[in-house]
Amino acid sequence: MIKTFIAGVLLGVAAVGAALYFIPVVDQTRESSLINVIPNVGNEEVFHANIPTDRIMIGAPKQATPLPVGLDWPDDALLADSRAELFKIRNARDAVVGVASRIAASSETGELVEWVLHLPARGSVYLLMQSGLQDGGMRLGALRAGTHEFADLRGEASEQWIADTSGADDAPAGRIELRARFASIGGRQSQ
Amino acid sequence: MKYLAALLVGMFCGAAALAVVLYYNPFVVSNNLSPLSVTDSEVVHLSYSAAASDSFIYTNDGESQISPHPAKVLQLWEPTVRQTSARVTQLFDGRGSAAGFGVKFSSASERTSLLDGEILVDSVWHIYLPERGSLFIEQTENYWNYARDIVVPAYRSSGNNWRGIWLGNITHGPGALGTAWVAGGNGQFAGIDMEAVEALSAKAYSVADGPVGVSGEITVELQRRERAQSLSSEVQPVPQGQ
Repeated sequence: MIKTFIAGVLLGVAAVGAALYFIPVVDQTRESSLINVIPNVGNEEVFHANIPTDRIMIGAPKQATPLPVGLDWPDDALLADSRAELFKIRNARDAVVGVASRIAASSETGELVEWVLHLPARGSVYLLMQSGLQDGGMRLGALRAGTHEFADLRGEASEQWIADTSGADDAPAGRIELRARFASIGGRQSQ
Repeated sequence: MKYLAALLVGMFCGAAALAVVLYYNPFVVSNNLSPLSVTDSEVVHLSYSAAASDSFIYTNDGESQISPHPAKVLQLWEPTVRQTSARVTQLFDGRGSAAGFGVKFSSASERTSLLDGEILVDSVWHIYLPERGSLFIEQTENYWNYARDIVVPAYRSSGNNWRGIWLGNITHGPGALGTAWVAGGNGQFAGIDMEAVEALSAKAYSVADGPVGVSGEITVELQRRERAQSLSSEVQPVPQGQ
């Protein structure tokens, strides 16, 4: 019986070890990437945030109605000219695929508009946008840095407010559309 | 029948023995020394409180141990973001003065391996310092030592809490020496790639509320780095006035 017990100990060690090795502790849920290939440009992917339903936070001084309720954003001079927003980000199929932050500010260092898109199963992108708007209210920008799936990519992006015209009762007021056109630069070691 | 019982008891003992070995794994050591602590370059120190209630907002799936703050903040319940948390918090400089704010997104990493003593989290910081500029920090964090030294003892405590003094780096990569990668965005940091390390300093942890006496510190080394080669490459000083 001692031999059976020892065999059981070894079996227990092997079984738990194998389970820890082969069964992933973390398994992120993935949505299929919806990508258009633009000839001589790269891959285009469109994300959007429905407004107001996907807006998590507006961080700005002196808001009459804070979002979320209970937010205590500092009212000091340091952050007087800055605005931070958080959103859930959706793909073209309107499924939530990540979260994003948008920071806009004007200060001695100049005006800035930036996005960080965090897509848990894929990686993150850091977008630097131009301060001025193009015709149609579009703002252009560029990919500054990316992680994981986006680490080897370079390219451009745009943001645009698109008002809802469906007239449906439950329709959002509109959406902020982010159009990313990235291409692989190759050659850089992945992280 | 008694042989089956011996086998089952043996398997249980074997599984328990492996768990104990992994928990007390002597090859997993605390990482208290930052690779940036010996740098000659200028560094930026930013600190924040890791308590959710001290953040402007903290949100997750709403079912995790740490409750979202404020209570009515939109929660990340969708399947693709269920293992993600978002924090917006004020950042303080080395003298304790307000320096700006940061947004941190953290997601459980699929590269987590309990066999290797790695509870990994992929996170990014989006930081804005009004008087200096903006930064993007990419890092993989390892919470193994934090869990082993603080969280598990808190659960084992009769009072369901932990009190003590704990300091450790949580940055685990992607830099070769366990540093985070930093991309400068605007202002003084525009166009510069740098490295950083994030550390946690814990004094109290509650099973009910999570970290209640925990502060974080981000150290950014202001020295240009080649990203592909990371620490192995020649470094160049940041140009004056940038």
